[in-house]
Amino acid sequence: MGHYVPHTDEEIAEMLAFVGVDSLEGLFETIPAALRLVAGDDGRYLDLPDGRSEADVLAEMGRLAAADPAAGLVCFAGAGAYDHQVPAAVRSLMFRSEFVTAYTPYQPEVAQGVLQMLFEYQTLISRLTGVGIANASLYDGATACVEAVNLAVAASKGRHRVLVSRGVHPHWRGTMATFARGTGHELVDVALSEDGTTAWPDAAGEGIGAVLVQYPNHLGVIEDLAAARACADAHGALLLVAGDPVSAGLLATPGSLGADVVIGEAQPFGTPLSFGGPYLGYFACREEHVRRLPGRLVGETVDVEGRRAYVTTLRTREQDIRREKASSNVCTNQTLIAVGCTIALSWLGTTGLRELALRCARATRYTREAVLAIDGVEAATTAPTLREFAVRLPLPAATVVERMADEGFLAGVALDESDYGDGLLVAATERRTRDEIDRYAQALEKVIR
Amino acid sequence: MTRVPDAAAAPGGRATSAPLMGRDEEPTVFELSVPGRAACSFPSTGLPEWSAEELVPAEHLAEAPLALAEVSERDLVGHVTRLSHRQYSVDLGAYPLGSCTMKYNPKLCDESAALPGLRDVHPAAPAALTQGWLELLVSLEEWLCEVTGMHSATLQPPAGAAGELTGLLLMRAWHDDQLASGAATTPRTKVIIPDSAHGTNPASVTLGGYETVTVPSDDRGCVDVAALREALDDEVAGIMLTNPNTLGLFEEDIAEIAAAVHEVGGLLYYDGANLNAILGVVRPGDMGFDIVHMNLHKTFAVPHGGGGPGAGPVAVSERLARFLPGPRPVRTPTGAYDWETPADSIGRVHGWHGNALALARAYSYILANGGDGLRRVADLAVLNANWIRHRLRGTYDVPFDRPNMHECVLATTTLKKERGLTALDVAKRLLEEGFHAPTTYFPLIVPEALMIEPTETESLQTLEALCDALERIAAESGEEAHEAPRTAPVRRLDEARAARQVIPTYDARPAEQ
Repeated sequence: MGHYVPHTDEEIAEMLAFVGVDSLEGLFETIPAALRLVAGDDGRYLDLPDGRSEADVLAEMGRLAAADPAAGLVCFAGAGAYDHQVPAAVRSLMFRSEFVTAYTPYQPEVAQGVLQMLFEYQTLISRLTGVGIANASLYDGATACVEAVNLAVAASKGRHRVLVSRGVHPHWRGTMATFARGTGHELVDVALSEDGTTAWPDAAGEGIGAVLVQYPNHLGVIEDLAAARACADAHGALLLVAGDPVSAGLLATPGSLGADVVIGEAQPFGTPLSFGGPYLGYFACREEHVRRLPGRLVGETVDVEGRRAYVTTLRTREQDIRREKASSNVCTNQTLIAVGCTIALSWLGTTGLRELALRCARATRYTREAVLAIDGVEAATTAPTLREFAVRLPLPAATVVERMADEGFLAGVALDESDYGDGLLVAATERRTRDEIDRYAQALEKVIR
Repeated sequence: MTRVPDAAAAPGGRATSAPLMGRDEEPTVFELSVPGRAACSFPSTGLPEWSAEELVPAEHLAEAPLALAEVSERDLVGHVTRLSHRQYSVDLGAYPLGSCTMKYNPKLCDESAALPGLRDVHPAAPAALTQGWLELLVSLEEWLCEVTGMHSATLQPPAGAAGELTGLLLMRAWHDDQLASGAATTPRTKVIIPDSAHGTNPASVTLGGYETVTVPSDDRGCVDVAALREALDDEVAGIMLTNPNTLGLFEEDIAEIAAAVHEVGGLLYYDGANLNAILGVVRPGDMGFDIVHMNLHKTFAVPHGGGGPGAGPVAVSERLARFLPGPRPVRTPTGAYDWETPADSIGRVHGWHGNALALARAYSYILANGGDGLRRVADLAVLNANWIRHRLRGTYDVPFDRPNMHECVLATTTLKKERGLTALDVAKRLLEEGFHAPTTYFPLIVPEALMIEPTETESLQTLEALCDALERIAAESGEEAHEAPRTAPVRRLDEARAARQVIPTYDARPAEQ
């Protein structure tokens, strides 16, 4: 079918004549014949379904979408992926095709739209994190942690051991472990205390380049960043903080508490749950590390007539120029999601961000009290939590999630047992109402009975 | 020529857009801000209205709210809309950016990815409640394996460079396993890449823990096989190749190269940046490659988003399947779908399952095109690029003037000598003509390179208009081009100043500005 190829048969014939080739197949004569695919008896080169009309494709996509009942459940799951409202203005603006169908801004004269949006994004992330420089985005929270560790090891002149709190999202730690196979960095696991905060060691040996903590951590506990900073200082290491950007509406910024690098997942601002992607890794650090910053950086400058303009800058850090000596291999990242984040944060504004954080904290507090009032449910941590919390249940958490789905709820995320023991991680965003939470608690009481 | 008998009366679809670009400077959102103004609203919940002090221990609480922009929704919408008018895009006009495959992105795919049953699914929801998503992912893996001639795939890598690094870690896992099992005795330390390779290749090699060894191209623009043989020994972990290469030329000696690399125990990595040229024509697996990454935002029409999100799945041959990242979506014997982590998995390379909605777009693109449509994509992408080379060969230098694949590399070497016209000048002047510029100064082995990739979705009329413009520019004195662009939203920028005095945020602007 080839719905999106405009050529008519006459045009193809004329073009072939112009280039001096007698058939489309003839265009591929530089490819050794022995390697080329040969059409089967059915005329097919590839064993793929035949092309379909737009209506037929949408019907098939609709069939698959209908086979995901998870989409219709009232969501109490979090763990780095949160069910926040996506304002209509965000949906309508970020999907303007000028943003959607542009390439990376290599020609800044015709890319001021994307460049200025990224400049505003970098400003907002810098304010949320409390450190001076933010890049133009990374893939997600997990890969932002990987890049933070790479920066820290390089900045500490190759001290390649990294203390990683077990309160960091297990998937993020897993991703870091995968990439450490290539870089040779050694990730040292630091366990949690009974209360759910990280039990930092006084002396963890030589060669520690960085300390990584999540804030609030995977179990929802607000970590004591002063303690993490003290541990970093004791080892002469950088402090890396993976922060929840919504909590930034209430909590002191990681930068103000001594973080050198602040990274995290900015999905909550404008991006739906999306089955986990595309999300938005944010990356910010103190100015002194700017020449080691991974990925793209937009800076303000002027054009030849002195008009304010924006351009990607310090490009000599990047892979296409520095090649094997680049600070990172990042090329394509998550620009469109960063554009959405910028719009969402400006829609919220100063009072809105605080209100959002407050509403999430209220819904979570109410849910926590309702759930802990149920016989047989116990808190998994005792230190203060903010936007999610973990509980122990009399049944395996996976079983509870399964049964709660029949009651219309996505009950939460079953904890990674090897790290935390069996339990359920529960989050309530600003979208959850008192009525939903009351019904959730009733259903939970029923299914664990 | 008589292709279009009456071009004025029937101009066809020409994709150019200069008059549409907004030239007025737009203040930042922070300058539009008025204290006390806000766009937001929140759902009514009926929950107790506990104060911040009641919810957060004092030692953790911020002293003051973070200052963001304070704008009305109307101001915000106006601001972002005006910025969008200062942005070129495929939907406005042709984007012949070599190596980037800026094809038209079907609207059907946008609609597919916006279906609530896909969009509103939590990534940790149990498999039993996400069978639709899992079926989509399993089918997409199978289709991508069929297109590339490989055995199994991972969809986790969120971009091409992430796919490269994933591939190198798979290479490493293979060689580590060979050592551990006694099948090999010496550790491998080097990865070979040609001098025409994308910059992400050597950067990924370093992050994969290997050393880059560069091999030169020969006078035909392909890997110098003799030099490659010289570089091959039992310390070589593998080679990374783009085929067709970044000159748009097919590496004709690929079978010989594959045999030589395999002979010393190395693996072949296929950089899929140029896969668009060979869909349904030839497959990396059949050429002898062991690891393949694809850029779904190039070949499979996922829109580029101004620099992502993309998706960079990696497919491998059977012997490497057990190392793939996990968990992987699988079809179980009962026909239901589930997650499974391969026996010797290198682990996760993404926080969840990859850029899932980008994967859904690619899935719907493949569904719409089918196998026959994908072959047609390659046919017309290659025809368009060859037509451009033939049309412009008398105007610009063609360093390697032989049949090319989906892109052709021209150069302004002669024009620079005669009139000082550089590749950069041509690129900037072309912006005035309503086209995006080609890729310039890449590949690095061609001085004053202009790398043009028209893609299959541009019409003959657009190619003619593009070549008319490039011929006009070449015929000018060169003065106009030095001054260009004069009609774009801004003129040439002071990039040196941007790097010397870095202003990365609105807050970092010097006070006097």
